[in-house]
Amino acid sequence: MNAPRPPRFFYRIRYAKLGKVRFTSHRDTARIWERALRRAELPVARSEGFNPHPKLSFGLALPTGAESIGEYLDVELTESLDEGTLPARLDPCLPVGFHVQGAAEVEPGSQSLQQAVVRCTWRTLVRGVGRSDLAERLDAVLGAEELVVTRERKGQPVTDDVRPTICSLELLDDDHTGFVAELAPQPRGLRPDELVALLGDGVFLDRVCRLHQWINADGASVEPLALDLQPTPARALETSAP
Amino acid sequence: MSSIWAQLEPLLAQVTKPARYIGCEDGMVAPRHDPSDVSWLLTYPDTYEIGLPNQGLQIIYELLNEREDAVAERAYLPWVDLLPLLRRHGLPLFSVDTHRPANEFDLLAFNLSAELVYTNVLECIDLAGIPLHAAARRPGDALVIAGGHCTYNPEPLADFVDAVVLGDGEEVIAEITDVVGEWKRANKPDRLGIWRALAGIDGVYVPALYQASYDGPRLRSFEPIDAAAPERIEKRTIADLGQWPYPRRQLVPLTEVVHDRLNVEVFRGCTRGCRFCQAGMITRPVRERPAEQVRTMVEDGLRRTGYDEVALTSLSTADFSGIEEVIGSTMNFGCGDVSVSLPSLRVDAFTVKIAAQIQKARRTGLTFAPEAGSWRMRQVINKLITEEDLYSAVDSAFSQGWRRIKLYFLTGLPTETDEDTLGILELARRSAELGRAHTNGATVSASVGGFVPKPFTPFQWFGQNTVAELQRKIALLRDGSKRDRGVQLKWHDPKATLAEGLASRGDRRMGAVIEHVWRNGGIFQEWSEYFDLRRWEDAMAANGLNIDDFAYRHRTESELLPWDHLSAGLHKDFLWQDWRDALAEVGLPDCRWTPCYDCGACTGYGIEHVVASAVPPAGGSQGTGQDLARGGEVPVVLGARR
Repeated sequence: MNAPRPPRFFYRIRYAKLGKVRFTSHRDTARIWERALRRAELPVARSEGFNPHPKLSFGLALPTGAESIGEYLDVELTESLDEGTLPARLDPCLPVGFHVQGAAEVEPGSQSLQQAVVRCTWRTLVRGVGRSDLAERLDAVLGAEELVVTRERKGQPVTDDVRPTICSLELLDDDHTGFVAELAPQPRGLRPDELVALLGDGVFLDRVCRLHQWINADGASVEPLALDLQPTPARALETSAP
Repeated sequence: MSSIWAQLEPLLAQVTKPARYIGCEDGMVAPRHDPSDVSWLLTYPDTYEIGLPNQGLQIIYELLNEREDAVAERAYLPWVDLLPLLRRHGLPLFSVDTHRPANEFDLLAFNLSAELVYTNVLECIDLAGIPLHAAARRPGDALVIAGGHCTYNPEPLADFVDAVVLGDGEEVIAEITDVVGEWKRANKPDRLGIWRALAGIDGVYVPALYQASYDGPRLRSFEPIDAAAPERIEKRTIADLGQWPYPRRQLVPLTEVVHDRLNVEVFRGCTRGCRFCQAGMITRPVRERPAEQVRTMVEDGLRRTGYDEVALTSLSTADFSGIEEVIGSTMNFGCGDVSVSLPSLRVDAFTVKIAAQIQKARRTGLTFAPEAGSWRMRQVINKLITEEDLYSAVDSAFSQGWRRIKLYFLTGLPTETDEDTLGILELARRSAELGRAHTNGATVSASVGGFVPKPFTPFQWFGQNTVAELQRKIALLRDGSKRDRGVQLKWHDPKATLAEGLASRGDRRMGAVIEHVWRNGGIFQEWSEYFDLRRWEDAMAANGLNIDDFAYRHRTESELLPWDHLSAGLHKDFLWQDWRDALAEVGLPDCRWTPCYDCGACTGYGIEHVVASAVPPAGGSQGTGQDLARGGEVPVVLGARR
């Protein structure tokens, strides 16, 4: 019965999710990708069994409502193809707001994105406070020994010290009120909206965008897909797409 | 620039499933509004997840946007978490395409698929900032119109709508656009003028141009009060579905909705003649889509949308003449990864063979609708499925690897005895036994709904069962099913059945009741967590109306019915005779394959069935209850049993 395993080719795709489509959930996004890959007629490998499904693997879930210019998707194909053609093939098959920035073939057996990512960089815009007030509040968070939050997990309240997951917080140096945060997803990730809640009363999350995801490679932090990226239009970060 | 997106956007962070308010679907048009265009807001008065897949709405959306002089967008009722936020921020009902306020459209057009959404219609009108009552609207307010199956008795909504459309929408929307365009070019002088012009279109009913008088619970008279209003409004019917290959670009939502797949309508209308079924009565005659066109729509649709599932929709898809041909070609499309679903399965072994052909993997559940528990009862309702049909279908399904069978039944049918009711359990029990012969894990679930008589069916004269009687019957079934291994019983809330009945056959006086329920917070009434019968009872009492009169009373032959000024083509004396036949337990065969019995649906409009095959498909009794000349073994290749 042991038929030789057919060859498989692994590709990593990096994409942006901007504007109105940021309100789609992680699950929605997975379905959007499944349809896009079929529309693009890519030879996606399928799992065995009674209910075969396309072999895709997504990185860390992006919270509903957050934008990103650094999302990743790993896809397993049954044929090798020119990775350079992928963005142009996929973009027309995706809804407006999704944009493929690049793709590359990766080694089989690479660690899954979910496990590999050690930090994410978030650009976070807030309302309700001035710049100096915000700076003080960020310092207070960074200066705290521990930050205990109570959250619900599987219907049960759970308390975690989230201070270790906050790697850095830096005030934006442009004319927006906000900050850039580096947050670790392990052991218990802190979402940007939860972080904003830790800044105290009167501060509200306005807009958040994931700028980078980082993995460790030989001691250095690198992005899962090193690309010479087309710069994303700044407009997309400031306001929603029309 | 007329979009509330900037104000809406910050609110979306505070609500569940915000993706249902963003539009952005593949297939969305987002039209540019020219001031001279006639603009339609096609509104489904329920959540986005329920409303988006509605095929009627999507067909009209495309047809209107194809016109040079019209634009159409879509709206759905926001969920209970967004509604209070919109109210607090003074934001109106909006389109999901360009987030345009509802009252900036010329027409607010509702799709009415179920009666329990009527209070949602009021919520939409009010949220739009449009006066609730048609009589109070100013010339500049949007015209509120409605189409869909419920419009065959629009009287409960008569106070709230400017016009109602009967029947197929494909052609009549063009005529409405022309008339509204002319009114718009004249700067919308007054509403009476547009009402009169609309009343001149075949299939359009303008309630304000008629007056009703009452004699206790009954309608005494119903008459036009304007020269422009016709005595009787006939439904619209498109003669050839093949001329309307729509939707060409089915909307692909970015978030999960019901029926989230490609849907291709293979025929419209049904002449099985099930007497409880309003859809089958009002959509006659049968009009099949050419098999070749179905194939093209399936293949183009799959390629364009990226879906890997297609549903072949109709009221009874196994009756489609080209069914095997279409399924065969679909299965071969796209490397065989496409699954086909048939939302309405006929109860016989032939159907199971087809199901086996299309469902090669994951044979979990299969659903059949015998509707009633005894042969006597099935003759009354003209659902002429023999026990042999059912058991051969069930046995065939279990033998081919299905593990769960779902059976749909109605209770509270005319002449139903406890023996008939308990027959439901007998069918379920024997089906489960058949299943256990094949697999230990066999389960059969019996889903029981309370019957609501509908206008333009032979049962329109029948007084529906009381809540107490339906509860008693359900208790009977529940007690009887306790010791049954492998039979699961599910039932609908009889209280909701009563509210549906009041809305289904009520006259204009029901408008005040619906308004009362709405004013007391009764929206999303088809969602059990938001339904409370007390609101409806209070509303009836507050308006001096008696539930017995409107829901439980048998109507008489001579009685004027609230929808007698409307016509689905069916002769009233045909329906009355069919009602007598029902009481006499006499079945009526399918007129596709037997001589015409002149119900009126074809002859009255000079149209005919469009069916590719002149003989019924082989296998089983085909639900006709007749011993059809069997065509030998059905030529379907069975999938290997897993």
